Amino acid sequence: MRRHFSFFSQYLIGVLFGIGLIISGMSNPKKILNFLDLAGNWDPSLIFVMGGAILVGLAGFYLASKRSEAFFGGALHIPTRRDISKPLIIGSLIFGAGWGIAGFCPGPAIVGLGAGHLKALVFILAMLAGMAICNRFFTGHKK
Amino acid sequence: MQIDWLAFTPGPAFLGGILLGIAAALYVILHGRILGISGIVSGLLSPQEGDIQWRFSLVLGLLSAPILGGLFFGLHTITVIDADWIAIIIAGVLVGFGANYGSGCTSGHGVCGLSRLSPRSLVATVSFMSAGFLIVFVIRHVLGL
Repeated sequence: MRRHFSFFSQYLIGVLFGIGLIISGMSNPKKILNFLDLAGNWDPSLIFVMGGAILVGLAGFYLASKRSEAFFGGALHIPTRRDISKPLIIGSLIFGAGWGIAGFCPGPAIVGLGAGHLKALVFILAMLAGMAICNRFFTGHKK
Repeated sequence: MQIDWLAFTPGPAFLGGILLGIAAALYVILHGRILGISGIVSGLLSPQEGDIQWRFSLVLGLLSAPILGGLFFGLHTITVIDADWIAIIIAGVLVGFGANYGSGCTSGHGVCGLSRLSPRSLVATVSFMSAGFLIVFVIRHVLGL
């Protein structure tokens, strides 16, 4: 029973996150690209998205740090690495380049697919290919 | 730099951001995990025993957000994709590869990482933002595409 509640909770959190992406404008590639275009007609909205998210997130992760286990059971899987590694920087630069080309990152792309956009589907398939290449030939974060 | 006041939407951006923060906070408190979409999706490619269902539940939630949002809140999902097919494919591969190689994306590093004051995530966020600013500058103002 608890197991089923846990899956339903995951689903609802997915819905909530998706709706946050839609309301904030994050799921609209054009808005993302207009934020990334500092030299053009700049749309600073994304700063407010990050501001709102981190404001709540700070409280959330502080509360989580006081807990010994997750509400639905099991340990807290919080990353413990602190090293600033080459893959961290190189991977993030590559990610940012892709983000800047299409205006899509993983969450918004899935929301875009849910909204029925074929280009979002193609983006996701290409993204899965990119992930598979990384997992196959490089050391991903899965280790 | 000039600000596009017509496109600037600080209210909805802030409200949406708060919802993203609530989702990330609920996720770590209820399920004990970082709400990083690339990590959750990537895990579907090499499923470990017992983790495919929860990963799928979350992705299904994201997929149904535009439908449920429209149905219950009259929310209109605006998705304007200017990039052509080739650009979409190149971007997708780079985003997927980069997110895995760099251990996270906008949600994992940007929202959750900064919220837990992780130095690694700060470096990652500054890196992907810088690359995004640079590539858009090159595409729009150098190449004029």
